[in-house]
Formats: sequence, C-alpha cells, structure tokens
Amino acid sequence: MNFEFSDEQNLLREQALGFLQEACPTSTVRAILDDDDRPYDDELWRKIAELGWTASVIPEAYGGLGLSYLELSVIAEELGRAIAPVPFSSSVYLATEALLMAGSEAQKEKWLPRLATGDVIGTFALGEGPGQPRADKLATAASGALTGVKIPVADGDVADFAVVVARSDAGDGASLHLAELDGVDSQSVGTLDPTRSHAKITFADDAAEPLGTHGEGWTTTQRLLDRAAVLFAWEQVGGANAALEMAKEYALERYAFGRPIASYQAIKHKLAHAYVKNTLARANCYYGAWALDTDADELPVAAATARVSATQAYYYASKENIQTHGGMGFTWEFDCQFHYRRAKLLSVNIGSEATWQDKLIGAMERDRPAA
Amino acid sequence: MDFNDNAEEAAFRAEARAWLEANVPAREELEGLDEVEAAKLWQKRKYDAGWACIRWPEEYGGRGASAIEQVIWNQEEGRFPTPGSVFGIGQGMAAPTLMAWASEEHKREHLPPLASGEHIWCQLFSEPAGGSDLAALRTRAEKDGDEWIINGQKIWTSGAHYSDYGIIVLRTDPTVPKHKGLSYFFLDMKSPGIEIRPIKQISGGANFNEVFFNDVRVPDDQRLGAVGQGWQVALTTLMNERMAIGGGGGGVGFSQVFDLARKVEIDGEPAIRDRNVRAKLATWYAQETGLKYTGYRALSALSRGDTPGPENSIGKLVAASKAQDMASFAMDLLELSGAISDPAHAEARGMYQATFMGAPGGRIAGGSDEIMLNILSERVLGLPQDVRVDKGIPFNEVPTGR
Ligand SMILES: Cc1cc2nc3c(=O)[nH]c(=O)nc-3n(C[C@H](O)[C@H](O)[C@H](O)COP(=O)(O)OP(=O)(O)OC[C@H]3O[C@@H](n4cnc5c(N)ncnc54)[C@H](O)[C@@H]3O)c2cc1C
Repeated sequence: MNFEFSDEQNLLREQALGFLQEACPTSTVRAILDDDDRPYDDELWRKIAELGWTASVIPEAYGGLGLSYLELSVIAEELGRAIAPVPFSSSVYLATEALLMAGSEAQKEKWLPRLATGDVIGTFALGEGPGQPRADKLATAASGALTGVKIPVADGDVADFAVVVARSDAGDGASLHLAELDGVDSQSVGTLDPTRSHAKITFADDAAEPLGTHGEGWTTTQRLLDRAAVLFAWEQVGGANAALEMAKEYALERYAFGRPIASYQAIKHKLAHAYVKNTLARANCYYGAWALDTDADELPVAAATARVSATQAYYYASKENIQTHGGMGFTWEFDCQFHYRRAKLLSVNIGSEATWQDKLIGAMERDRPAA
Repeated sequence: MDFNDNAEEAAFRAEARAWLEANVPAREELEGLDEVEAAKLWQKRKYDAGWACIRWPEEYGGRGASAIEQVIWNQEEGRFPTPGSVFGIGQGMAAPTLMAWASEEHKREHLPPLASGEHIWCQLFSEPAGGSDLAALRTRAEKDGDEWIINGQKIWTSGAHYSDYGIIVLRTDPTVPKHKGLSYFFLDMKSPGIEIRPIKQISGGANFNEVFFNDVRVPDDQRLGAVGQGWQVALTTLMNERMAIGGGGGGVGFSQVFDLARKVEIDGEPAIRDRNVRAKLATWYAQETGLKYTGYRALSALSRGDTPGPENSIGKLVAASKAQDMASFAMDLLELSGAISDPAHAEARGMYQATFMGAPGGRIAGGSDEIMLNILSERVLGLPQDVRVDKGIPFNEVPTGR
C-alpha cells in the first residue's frame, strides 16, 4: 500500500501551482466576474491546453498524454485552489470522460484529439429545471434529432458540443446523445458564480447522434457522475484549503482589543475546524482518486465519500473565511466572495450534498447485503 | 400568561387590521418609486393616521401604545407586503438613544420627523480600526468654542448616502483608556466636510459606505451624555440595535422553504415527505418561533421599564445563520438549478441565491457571531472575560495591526 502521490506527481503539483499563481491570480477571476461579456478566460484556457492538462487522461492514440487520474487529480486540486474561470470540469471531467466511456471509435477519433488540444470544448447536459434529474422525468426526447430544454448547462454557451441525456423507451429509460451546438439555441443564464458560465439550451429538432448503447444512458450517467465527482471533490478541497489559508493570513494581521484576532479561541477553533474538515476531505479524495484510477469496485462509495466531505469542507471554509474577515469579507473588493460563490456552485453542479449522501448509503447497501 | 387576545386586544387587532386592509399601498401605487420613496410613502401614511412608532409618546409622534399593542401591530403589519423599511436605524436605534439622553427640545424637534419618515438617520460607529472592538475607534473630535471639529473616517455606514442625520461616537481624549475617551453626538449629514463613498457588497448592492470627515463642525449642543461618557450612550444604541436586528426581516424564512419542499421532488415524491427535509424544517420552525416569542417577551419586559439587555444578542445570532443555512438548503433542494440566480430563470426569481449572498453580512453586522457569543457568555452567563491586553492602557499606547 502507498497513500501518497509519487515524486513526479508532486513535481507536477509544484509546476501547476507555480503556473496558476502566475497565470491565474485572483485578479484573473475578478476580471471574469466583472465582465458580463466574458464567459471564461480564453487566454488562460489556451495556456492550460498548451500545458497538456486537457489531454491528461486521453490515450496517446487519440492525441492525449495517457496520464493517470492521479495526475488529473493533482491538476484538479490546483485549479480549485486558483478558482480558475475556465470550462475545465465540463470539458475534461464530463465530456471527455463520457466519450472515453461510451464513444464509438469514430466519435473518439473525431473529438478526443481536439478535446486534448483544447480547440474544442465539450459539456454535459443533464438538468431540466428544479429538483433531482431522474430518468423517468426526462422530457428531452431523441428520435434522430433532439427536442427539449436543458437548464442549467455549465459552459453550455461556450461549448462546441454537448453530451445530452435524453429519454428512452428502452432499458434504463435514458440514452446519451452527442449534439454539436453550432446553430442550437443556447442562452446564457446568470448563476451564483459568474466566473463559471451556464446556459439554457433549447433543442428544437436539432441533429444529434447516439453516444453509447441505446437504453443504457442512465447507468452510464451515474457512472460518469461518480468518476467526475472525484475530480470535482479535488477542486473543492483545493478551494477549501485556499479559503482556510486566506482566513489564517488575515487573522494573523488583524487586531481587535489589542491582539491579533488569530489569538482568540473563537477564531482559532473556527480555523481548526476548517483544517479538520479539509484534512478528512483530502484523505477521502486520495481514496477516490485511487478508486477512479484503478476503476475499482469501490468507486461509487469512494466517489460519494469524497464528494460529501469535500462539499462540506469547502462550504464551511468559504463561509467562515468571510466571517473571519468581518466587514471586509462582505465587500466586493475582497476576494472572499470568490470561494463562497464557487463552493456553492460546485456543490450543486453535479448534484447536492443530500443527493450524494443518499448515493453513498445506497452504494453501501448494495456492497453489503443484509445478513 | 395568555397567548390569546383579551377583548381589548382583539378590538385593537381588528382596528389595526381594518386600517391596514384599507391603506397598505397597492403594487401599482409604488410603481416607479425607489426603495426610499416607497418606504417614505408608507411611513407617512401610517404617521398621518397615528400608526407610526405606536409605542412612542404622542408628543414625539407616536400613539402611546402598550408593548402588547406593538406586538399585535407587528403581527398584523407582517401579514401584508409593505415596502421595506429604511428607518430601522433611526427609529430602532437613534430614537431610543435620543429618548434616553437628549434634551427635551431635541426630542421634540427630532423624534416626530423620525416617526413620520421625513428624516432618515444612519449609525456612524464602525471604523477601519474599530469594528468588533468599537471602543478602539480613532475619529477625533476637538473642542473649538461651542463646537467640535471632527476629523477621521467611518466605514460600513448603512444608508449614509440617503440619510439626513447620523449618530456618531468620537474620540475626544486619546490619552485615557479607550472607553473613557469617547463622546457621543448626532449630526446633520449635509454638514460641510462630510464625504460619502459607497462600498459594493458581495451581493452586488452598495448599501453601506465609507464616510470621511474633514474639519466637520458639530455644535456642542448636539452631544448626548457628558464628554467622556460616549461609551455608555453607545451601549443604549447597541442594545436597541440587537433588539431591532433580531426582529428578523425579509428574505428566505421557514415558509418559503416549506413551500419549496412541497413543490420540488426527491426520489419522485414531494421533498417534504423526506425525513431529513422534515427534520431540518422542524428545527428551523422551532428556531423561528422561539425567536419570535423571545422578541415578544423582550418587548413586554421593556414595557415594565427595563432597557433591552445583553440577552437580546440571541436574536441576531440565531437569525443570521439560520438564513444562511436555509438559503443554502433551498438551493440544494433545487439541485443543479440551485445555481441559477438570474431572476428570469431562477426559482422564486432568485430569492434563495440573493439571501445566500446577503446572509454573511447578517452574521457580521451589528456585532459578529463571535462577539454575540462573547456577550452571552460573559454578560449573561457571567463567565470570566478574555484576558484584555488593552485594559487600563491609554488608548494611544494600545497595540494595533492592520
Ligand atoms: C452589512 C453590514 C452593515 C453594517 N452597517 C453598519 C452601520 O450602519 N453602522 C456601523 O457603524 N457599522 C455597520 N457595520 C459594521 C459592523 O458593525 C462591523 O463590521 C462588525 O462589528 C465587525 O467589525 P469588523 O468588520 O471590523 O470586523 P473585526 O472586528 O475585524 O472582526 C473580524 C473577525 O474577528 C472576530 N473577532 C473580533 N474580536 C473578537 C474576540 N474578542 N473574540 C473572538 N472573535 C473576535 C470577529 O467575530 C470576526 O469574525 C455593518 C456591517 C455589515 C457587514
């Protein structure tokens, strides 16, 4: 057994950290927040693609680097720490992954090389409005072409194609379809975190081709979400640690009643609680990364565990970071808001905390048949 | 004890309700008015009919009503969608301070326009170096004949940009321990030398401000309490502040989340059938009613002549985190759609997301959670104070950071 990243992976982390400190300081995040016309930072996206991060887990045969999910985990954590305003999660954890899991040879050949270079952005279109997405509630239908409304679709306004979950009368009730978005009605929708753009996509008899086996779409979706959950969790842990770090730095400098506020137990315990949550979440993320990389049977449990603890950790760290900053934390000018927004966005993006808690216990029930 | 109205109270309630039914402005009437204009319209209407600040004595613009009548009025007014109030600071904090400390002349001059909504007041307490540690404020006032000259800076002043008057605590002597060198005044916000700059909040609005003072003159006659007694006067304001804020207010409350839980589904059933959802809703309901009745009990204690005490710190402490948790939970119920804040596409036109972004301010404004807990533990439970490194030291020798 070995519970650590390798030296090479740690080197990658150092490079990623250094690169993002340079290319994605919080002023980059703020620039996207303040500019309604820029859905993401395309220059940062280009640099990220040049580093090969979008190509990480794509096999070499399709123009990728053929790295493992451990490398991708390292990158995810650093992107989360930097609150990077790029469509990485949609394109890499979801669209690329969906193609790797379910794409035909022709589909992989067509899309993966361009996903690897970052020339193409993909996304995943699941939600159809308030409440849990469910196979038996899907309204989007496919009969040669797609019809229906998907909202919200992360990066749906900038993506070149979407993997769309549609109703099916066969098998598990759903099928996946790949739809090119050029010419499709896609409207930007404001979210809590304007540094990550979202859209409402209205398919009106728009062309799409099946992705994977007809009637296996729901099963594939769950598996895809499990895989993505590990990487989302790494982003959350990265963000949670950055928020804790911010709070600590401020608390050391800010005085009240003649002492640094960091010397008050109320603040010390607050930050210690954040540290505990972050540490547990990170440990669960290691386990999740291992399960993802080895495609272990434990993946559903490991992914949901990482997701639940990372969601809790980031929410706590981000809100208590504001609290530690007092009035300053509530200002637009300070950076605390970035983490608070991103934490909540990431926590609902692929299903809420309660949904993942339910998935976790559901997976355990399947793993442990009652005596 | 009786949670039901007696005959007299029932009659009062009926009268209040009848008046409200006939007089709450319809939506069309408020069309085109901004927040301040709408609030003023409603306040003036109440004042003219004798329904403004009803517990105040008549000579100050009130109706001389009892605390129980105030409770009844609040309940009844709360049933209607009335314009938001911009008078909370003036009526809830400045007015009780004036009543306790101002001259009769000032009371007769300033309280009626507060009741009628003609004047809006703001609270110029916090400073960059004095928030939780309010008594560490540095803005100077120096005596010059019958006037004081003010220099320095306040921050986080809610509503300064539309206020007519402000209550302010100033340092009149930096060479004595910090609480002893403060004095309390009220001043005209249009005085020469005052510069107001809005501060944008994380929620996107800009309701609070930085206020700069450059040789601003205030008559000595507008001092409340003795020179050096400012801290005691400020405590009157702060106690009333906690009571006023604790009262709650707009945004996401139990009813909104309850309705949402009936509307959205979990596992194909209304979310409200889910035990976990029920448990959370029940807890919030119990908190909400607990706060409401604690507030009523505090009001009736007031009617026996007590000033609001440190126990009122409970209200704001519980309400602020509750709002944050409820908004967060409502967004979770919406699942992927919880992220949408765009009023055109969001559930309830983005109310949950707006509350989520506003709630962190509630946990800081009017004394942070941590300070409220300190007050409850030290002042109510009587636990020993934290070691105070600044105790007894002349203010200008206390260690400072950023
Ligand atoms: C929305 C909003 C509206 C406001 N409106 C007004 C207004 O109208 N007028 C006005 O005068 N002020 C106003 N304020 C200011 C408010 O009162 C202060 O922000 C608040 O008292 C905290 O002070 P601070 O911002 O300096 O934070 P700090 O005092 O620097 O606090 C930073 C952190 O340290 C903690 N801390 C400080 N001391 C201790 C201690 N002894 N033990 C444990 N923890 C401690 C705090 O809890 C906080 O988490 C407003 C603030 C907000 C957010």
